[in-house]
Amino acid sequence: MAKLPVKEENIVKHFGPTLNYAPKDGYVGRDEPDEAVKTHCCFCGMQCGIQLLVKENKVVGFEPWMEFPFNEGRLCPKGVQRYLQNNHPDRLLSPLKRVEGQGFVPLDWDDAMSKTVSEIQRIQEKYGNDAFSMLSGVSLTNEKSYLVGKFARVALKTKNLDYNGRLCMVSAGAGNKKAFGLDRASNNYSDLEYAEVIIVAGANISETFPTLTHWIWKARDRGAKIIVIDPRMIPLARTADIHLDVRPGTDSALYGAMLKYLVDHDMLDHDFIDNYTSGFQETIDAVKDYTLEWAEEITGIDKNKIREAAELWGKAKTSFLLHARGIEHHSKGVDNVLGCINLVLATGRIGRPYCGYGTITGQGNGQGGREHGHKCDQLPGNRDIENPEHRKYISEVWGIDEKDMPGKGLSAYEIIEAIHRGEIKGLISICFNPLVSLPNSNYVREALEKLEYYVCIDFFLNETARHADIILAGSLQEEEEGTTTSAEGRVIRIRQAVTPPGNARTDTSIILELAKRLGVKDKFTYENSEAIFNELRVASKGGTADYYGITYKRIEDEMGVFWPCPEIGHPGTPRLWEDKKFKTPDGKAHFNPAPYKLPGEVTDEDFPVILTTGRVVSQYLSGTQTRRIGKLVDQFPEPLLEIHPKMAQQYGIKQRELVKVSTRRGEGIFPANIVETIREDTVFIPYHWSGKKSANQLTPGTLDPISKIPEFKVCACHLEPLKEIAAPSKESTAYASV
Amino acid sequence: MNYTSFNKNEEFFVDMQRCIGCKACELACAECETNGQESLIHVNYVDRAATVQTTVQVCMHCDDPVCANVCPADAISKDENGIVHTANTERCIGCSNCVMACPFGVPKKEESYDLMMKCTMCYDRTSIGKKPMCATVCPSGALFFGTRTEIEEMRPNSTPVNSFIFGKEIVNTKVNIMMPKGSTELIIY
Repeated sequence: MAKLPVKEENIVKHFGPTLNYAPKDGYVGRDEPDEAVKTHCCFCGMQCGIQLLVKENKVVGFEPWMEFPFNEGRLCPKGVQRYLQNNHPDRLLSPLKRVEGQGFVPLDWDDAMSKTVSEIQRIQEKYGNDAFSMLSGVSLTNEKSYLVGKFARVALKTKNLDYNGRLCMVSAGAGNKKAFGLDRASNNYSDLEYAEVIIVAGANISETFPTLTHWIWKARDRGAKIIVIDPRMIPLARTADIHLDVRPGTDSALYGAMLKYLVDHDMLDHDFIDNYTSGFQETIDAVKDYTLEWAEEITGIDKNKIREAAELWGKAKTSFLLHARGIEHHSKGVDNVLGCINLVLATGRIGRPYCGYGTITGQGNGQGGREHGHKCDQLPGNRDIENPEHRKYISEVWGIDEKDMPGKGLSAYEIIEAIHRGEIKGLISICFNPLVSLPNSNYVREALEKLEYYVCIDFFLNETARHADIILAGSLQEEEEGTTTSAEGRVIRIRQAVTPPGNARTDTSIILELAKRLGVKDKFTYENSEAIFNELRVASKGGTADYYGITYKRIEDEMGVFWPCPEIGHPGTPRLWEDKKFKTPDGKAHFNPAPYKLPGEVTDEDFPVILTTGRVVSQYLSGTQTRRIGKLVDQFPEPLLEIHPKMAQQYGIKQRELVKVSTRRGEGIFPANIVETIREDTVFIPYHWSGKKSANQLTPGTLDPISKIPEFKVCACHLEPLKEIAAPSKESTAYASV
Repeated sequence: MNYTSFNKNEEFFVDMQRCIGCKACELACAECETNGQESLIHVNYVDRAATVQTTVQVCMHCDDPVCANVCPADAISKDENGIVHTANTERCIGCSNCVMACPFGVPKKEESYDLMMKCTMCYDRTSIGKKPMCATVCPSGALFFGTRTEIEEMRPNSTPVNSFIFGKEIVNTKVNIMMPKGSTELIIY
């Protein structure tokens, strides 16, 4: 259902986003809480430890958790304000159904469940099982991720299940699997401290993972040289030794040129390459023509800076390479990741102290969420759904016949395309807001229009849920026990601080009830989250993401356990590859050729400007939670078009002037923020907003052929100043001075 | 008689080059029950058009606090731990003398209360041995509360400075600014 049942303003009036501010004197009971619950932030992959203060079943504040080893009490603005998502006026307190002309009205659980189950059965009987699809989210705990994967395959019996990690970590996951046979950051972050050189590629750490900044700068205090690769002068780049302001979409050319430089000047670890890797020769053959001059022309970076960076990297004794969405959100995201890995392998600096490599997972459970089987091609333990042995093992764990296990399904954006083609008629989603977070949002909206039935499990009525037939009121992170896995690969405990308010239910109980009504109750009998985790442990046993030796008690006793942890007595694995035994079929780390290719869309006469997208420090992903927290919105009330003074002059754009930004997919109007901290040929818009403020109206649906990640980070746009200066914003300091 | 467990060995260190402008300190400061959701620490862009550099301004807790010296109502006091307290609500007359006089631009008058409000180095926390909230949450180490030994070990390339030159005036403070190694003072003008 895509047309809204009532006008959007009526929906906003009832369901928000409403800005929640703490009372002037704080919530009652904050100074004398019933308990301080040691848990973790619900936002990014850092999973910072935090204590939630609870009074009479309400979260009333927070207190830093000094003992948690990663962040030692440190938090970012989102973490400081995260407690305000509890006690929120927009919180869904009962199931809702769509009524034309009225909006969304409450209904009881039995009716909501009956309607949902009957629609699932109707659609599957009429069109086949795979016509009902499921979209999941990586804000879910490991237990819920596992449960969703099992629910889709065993209860829904559909192959079409995917998750919003598809927009986040899949390029890194695919690259890591190709190179190492295992998908995890190779080190925990304490290995950063004594690294001599740190490369940060496409990761705006200070705004998107602020607490990681501490570790990078700790290294700088020990003398580390920092190389930042980003089209913008991000806060981390401000004091970097080298800032490589790469033209969006040309990263692989840069890594290729750096690799060639290492080869030409023999800055290689021959012993490591000869004994522990394969594919070196064809990889360097692929970059044999990548001279510094060529790279300068392609990437727009001064060749001397590229040389300096390659020299620093080549001569270092210890090093760490980190990357994130900036290089992964591309139609060649996997190639970009492999280009980075090639630099690490060529110098052999992995698997020893202070030598590391890793992607920084963006979402709260971005790491764990991509291991336990709610990806379209995956089974628990990061197993492959197409692999007969893997299918057999998981079928046994689940007590089903292997031939009833669905095969590989469609990825998130492909599900939208299949809805357009009429192949998928029904959708159930949980903790995913594709209307804001997927590219080409007008196309996504049209897909929702074509669905015969859409049911959404969520705690707020997000922009996508406004198009649902039924909404099942689910739970916040602090309302269920569970575990997540941080970007370091550390499995940690999420504690239940409060119970869901009103008639809202926990996500787990909703999924279990649906499974029961779909006739598979015997496969879904769990007493609590720990019981689900214990089954997950068994399901992951022997897989690359092996959690078998991790228990709730161990996690609490040891402040988290690093997987792989195959046995109860195993200490866990903070640093991978110390034994040089990689998880690839031949046991070696694989070099992979990563030649430069053009992005999916390049500039031309009609669309002459490069557009890239990203995030700001006070907002998180599609903003479902952070656009409802008053002070986080005040900090960045709206998306701005960052543009260099030279380009602004060329178009006659003034500071705060409204600019119409158009691409082949749509147009939006954004106030200009004229800053020297961006490349002269590139503009930037953060993507956390919806509707007319959405950057993803503009972005393309070009997918990486391997990872199926959309190309959020580069497309071609056209700028048109509208001769109107935007009203002053509440928070004027976010802008350049006029 | 000191009834607090204020740790006299711990000091406040501000390292501007580490500030990432995230405002975690501001949001955390505002959470304090006594602040009425107002932040008493302030993060500002230096010149956003040219750079992402931000500065963070916290009360410097001067040895000889000019804000207290100019207060006609004797509303501002310094205690035995060197903390310069915010205006005593029963005394403050909202005249803004302190706002004008502070060389660091710290005190702010909150018009809705007709009252000056400023940082007290989280006295509710530091007096019971905890660290100030802003320095606890700061994700990048721009704010640090700890011992001189700790900061020297952590930041071998910087020196804490707490002597500031304003023309012919020298202002010494309890709060330190991290400066390039070997610095002894910061000349403002």
